[in-house]
Amino acid sequence: MDITLPILILSIPLFMFLLLGLLGMKMSHKLAGTLGTLGMGTVLVLSYITAFTYFFSGSPQFISAAGERLQAVIFNQTWLQFSDTLVIKLGFLLDPISAMMLVVIPTISFMVHLYSLGYMRDHHGVYEHGFQRFYAFLSLFSFSMLGLVVATNIFQMYIFWELVGASSYLLIGFYYKKPSAVSASKKAFIVTRFADLGFLIGILVLSYYTGTFDFMSLTSVPVDGMADVYHVSENTAVAVKGIFQSSAAPMFMGASVMTWALVLIFMGGMGKSAMMPLHIWLPDAMEGPTPVSALIHAATMVVAGVYLVARLFPLYLMEEAALNIIVVVGALTAFYAAMVACTQIDIKRVLAFSTISQIAFMMVSLGVARPEFHHGIGYMAGMFHLFTHAMFKALLFLCAGALIHAIGSNDYTAMHGLRKYMPITHITFLIGCLAIAGIIPFAGFFSKDEILTACFGHSIVWYVWMSVVAGLTAFYMFRLYYLIFWWKEHHVHEGHHAPHDQPMTMTLPLIILAAVSCVAGFVPFGNLVTWNGKPMYDSMGFFTNLQHLDWSVAAISLAVAIIAIAIATVMYRKENPLPDKMANMFPRLWDWCYHRFYWDELYMFITHKIIFGCISRPIAWFDRHIIDGTMDSLATITNKASYAIRGLQSGKVQMYVWIYLAGALLLGAITAICLM
Amino acid sequence: MFSNPLIYFVVIPLIMLGGLALCRNIKQIRAVAVTGSLALTALSVWLLLDYLGLRAAGADAPMLYTGTWSWFTPLNINLSVGVDGISIAMLILSSIILLTGSFASWKIEPHTKDFFLWLILLSTGVYGFFISIDLFTMFMFYEVALIPMYLLIGVWGSGNKNYSAMKLTLMLMGGSAFLMLGLIGIYYHSAPAGQPLTWNLLEIASNASIEKGWQYFLFPMTFVGFGVLGAMFPFHTWSPDGHASAPTAVSMLHAGVLMKLGGYGCFRVSIYLMPQAAEDLAWIFLILTGISVVYGAFSACVQTDLKYINAYSSVSHCGLVLFAILMLNTTAMTGAIMQMLSHGLMTALFFALIGMIYGRTHTRDIRLMGGLMKILPFLAVCYVIAGMASLGLPGLSGFVAEMTIFVGSFEAGMADYLSGAGSLRLVFTIIACCSIVITAVYILRVVGKLLLGPVYDEHHLTLTDATWWERTSTATLILCVAAIGCFPNFFEELIKFTFSPSIYAVIGMN
Repeated sequence: MDITLPILILSIPLFMFLLLGLLGMKMSHKLAGTLGTLGMGTVLVLSYITAFTYFFSGSPQFISAAGERLQAVIFNQTWLQFSDTLVIKLGFLLDPISAMMLVVIPTISFMVHLYSLGYMRDHHGVYEHGFQRFYAFLSLFSFSMLGLVVATNIFQMYIFWELVGASSYLLIGFYYKKPSAVSASKKAFIVTRFADLGFLIGILVLSYYTGTFDFMSLTSVPVDGMADVYHVSENTAVAVKGIFQSSAAPMFMGASVMTWALVLIFMGGMGKSAMMPLHIWLPDAMEGPTPVSALIHAATMVVAGVYLVARLFPLYLMEEAALNIIVVVGALTAFYAAMVACTQIDIKRVLAFSTISQIAFMMVSLGVARPEFHHGIGYMAGMFHLFTHAMFKALLFLCAGALIHAIGSNDYTAMHGLRKYMPITHITFLIGCLAIAGIIPFAGFFSKDEILTACFGHSIVWYVWMSVVAGLTAFYMFRLYYLIFWWKEHHVHEGHHAPHDQPMTMTLPLIILAAVSCVAGFVPFGNLVTWNGKPMYDSMGFFTNLQHLDWSVAAISLAVAIIAIAIATVMYRKENPLPDKMANMFPRLWDWCYHRFYWDELYMFITHKIIFGCISRPIAWFDRHIIDGTMDSLATITNKASYAIRGLQSGKVQMYVWIYLAGALLLGAITAICLM
Repeated sequence: MFSNPLIYFVVIPLIMLGGLALCRNIKQIRAVAVTGSLALTALSVWLLLDYLGLRAAGADAPMLYTGTWSWFTPLNINLSVGVDGISIAMLILSSIILLTGSFASWKIEPHTKDFFLWLILLSTGVYGFFISIDLFTMFMFYEVALIPMYLLIGVWGSGNKNYSAMKLTLMLMGGSAFLMLGLIGIYYHSAPAGQPLTWNLLEIASNASIEKGWQYFLFPMTFVGFGVLGAMFPFHTWSPDGHASAPTAVSMLHAGVLMKLGGYGCFRVSIYLMPQAAEDLAWIFLILTGISVVYGAFSACVQTDLKYINAYSSVSHCGLVLFAILMLNTTAMTGAIMQMLSHGLMTALFFALIGMIYGRTHTRDIRLMGGLMKILPFLAVCYVIAGMASLGLPGLSGFVAEMTIFVGSFEAGMADYLSGAGSLRLVFTIIACCSIVITAVYILRVVGKLLLGPVYDEHHLTLTDATWWERTSTATLILCVAAIGCFPNFFEELIKFTFSPSIYAVIGMN
């Protein structure tokens, strides 16, 4: 494949960032917004072409004669050479998952660019302060995220990983005059930085043993007779494991070093993908503008952790322990976040916890994937869910944005009964809810069903557990839906000031994403994205997914979802005392869920009391009073000693004579003693 | 003598001194300072290109442009010059910082002429130090660079300036005392019995005649001597006070260049000449520098004075330089040199910005400021960029330097660990890695308190943003920081390619 398209895909957003960042303030708001959107639109077209070429062109570079999808390195440029073997390269890798991400990221990013043209203005059409900066940061984020997914080596991924973190920091703190936004952005950066420390050490361990950063050398083998084309092979992962086992110290503290490396790398993923206990930054990140939440904190950046695990999946397969850790972390997070989502008042927070829970679904799915069971269906399902979730969660966030824009508040208590006033938002939001709840034929049904099938194949415990979480998902989403759109409005909105659907730039993305959420489930993912590139089904068509459904699992999950929706309907369709009664029945549980199990308080305690209070302050005190005190007292002692002996230089001759005589006597005495 | 290009690094500052003496008004002073530092920058860039050309053409001597002129024959003291890639990197760094420092002190008062005289004298010492390969001349230039600091802080400083100036000078002089002892010791063991003694670095290295027992004595002497200037724990306490009192340009030069003299000296003298002791005694200094890295970072977390924060941050970052040098590993040492460059540029940027902010708000206490992003957008954005460089954002210089250090140190640590030689290096590497998180904490704390949030003090609303000379100064530094961060292979190529002979001389002996 020609390198023009890939280079353009990466360089247009970067160029837009520099252009809008340096000259944005000199441009009109409209020009800056248009430029940014057009730039992203171009990237959208180019990436669609690239992804389409990858999946459907049938070029031998991308698909083998046996129908196996290959990994093609389009370009790979040396950036920093550490030693003869360890080299950071910047490159562009096309394989099933990166091609899939080339569809997801530009789609959502473009929708958000378009949507923000309307969202970042007030009701009188006046642009918000820093509108150009907003588009510059969006471009920076798109560049970093695209660079992350096409990385050819783990260090390139780390570089862009840090860059997406920084763009997320900048965008969360976009309303920098608001103290809450400032502290939320700080929290997001520091928590993910802490996770990245694990990631970095994991990379160091992995690269020390294997002598490479390159994904191809870790998971794949070259295809005969073609340059820069590889296919995933278990043998390479086995060889990597062999390197670890044959080293002088294969074990460390009861686990193999390879497990340590993989778990440390996963820790980086836990930070970015907001897995418990590093999830605390994501709900606060909702301080950013809502389109940002849709793009970064729902659809793209937060799935980077899932993507990372998927990228190194053949290595994780080698270490059962690492996979089990992923499953346990994912399952606990999914349940926790779903519980919390049932009690929150702020609609963006409900969506944030829902995101955490859904990402945890993907993690669990990767963790239970085994090649023996249905060609590693868990891997495919995780990626499928990543794809569908990006679409419907971005939709839900953008709907939330429309609501917030119309009402001017984040709380559902200020909304109620909006279905009459905002019909388009209402319908699209409902489609999003149905999709995430897993109702056939919406997108979420198919992907969630595949995940549950994978869980079922792995262990019945996790299957039941995740089904319960799926039920909770349907429940809290419909709770939210009823609370926003049903109930009786507090006061009848009338005339010009009544909330209404937003302008076209904002509703168009809603409609498009809703349409995608309706059909995305039919994408034959099993033939496009699998862990080793081999297709799962023989044929490929619009109904492939339906034909290959495991109907027993599907029926149960549908039943669970419908029951959950029914419960939500009974409890929340109209204002009634039932929810309060329920809350009063389990006051302790409700309280803990409402306060998010006090994780934030725990972290506040650790950072303020322990790190600042017990480490930093004592060190600063020690430095000023002990270390510096010692240095100062050396000077003081010298000074004092000088004062003390200066009397000896008094200038009085009699004194000198006395000292002379005393000295002479003393010497004489010593001589005499020595001679005796 | 004047056919050697290196000599002009001392000649140009001397001409500048003469020119300054003749100046009558501030415009002429500025003209001399800017022209001179531009000439020095041009010279160092030319030197870099020419040097790369020579290397590409196959020059394989450890030092190029060597020249020796006799100075005091009875003791074999010569003015010997010569440079390799590291020295050139340091020369470029010094030139850029002198240039931007001159812009940053555009309006320095009072006694403008004297200020620049001392500043240029200081840089003469710095340049002389980096081009010398004769230990005695090197030491002399080192002292020339230290003394003007006393006056610069004592006269043009702020706050408790007499105390700070005295403290800084005395502590650095204390370091010099160790250093002189060490250098004289080296001189007396510089050649095998019966051959003439020498001060020349290259000859001493090739003679390799310092016995192990003497190395054990001389290595700590020189390492501590230079380490004081490199702000090694526990000899770093001059740094916070000194920086806090120093005027902007002096802080920039001091943190940007003078502290690099320490790292450079540790490498060039201690490790280069006494590799065996370096290997055996590294653990002591690894512990001290490893402590510096996290200790400085933790201290910075609770400071409220901008300059104190940056001074402690420098302790942490410079600690990383010495830490990496002690790994005795090519990658880590390359990282150390990159970190010297990177830290020099970004800390100069920080001090320049702090000076500019202080010049407007008349306070450096972050509790008394807030929301400056709204009032001083240019300076605030520059500050954020400097902060991002400091916390190691890819694309800026800090990232490449730190990553090179971590990869190299980890390699050294794992090699030790797997060969059963102890896990000290490994443990301290991981501790040093933790600094990336702590750095993020204090940088974001400052950015959040100082720049973002609501405006704290109503009086600040009338402040004006950066003037053209301030913009020139900060933009130049940011460009350099971004250039290293985006195209690291060029710098690395320069350093690695050129200093591999000397590095292999060290590692080969292990």
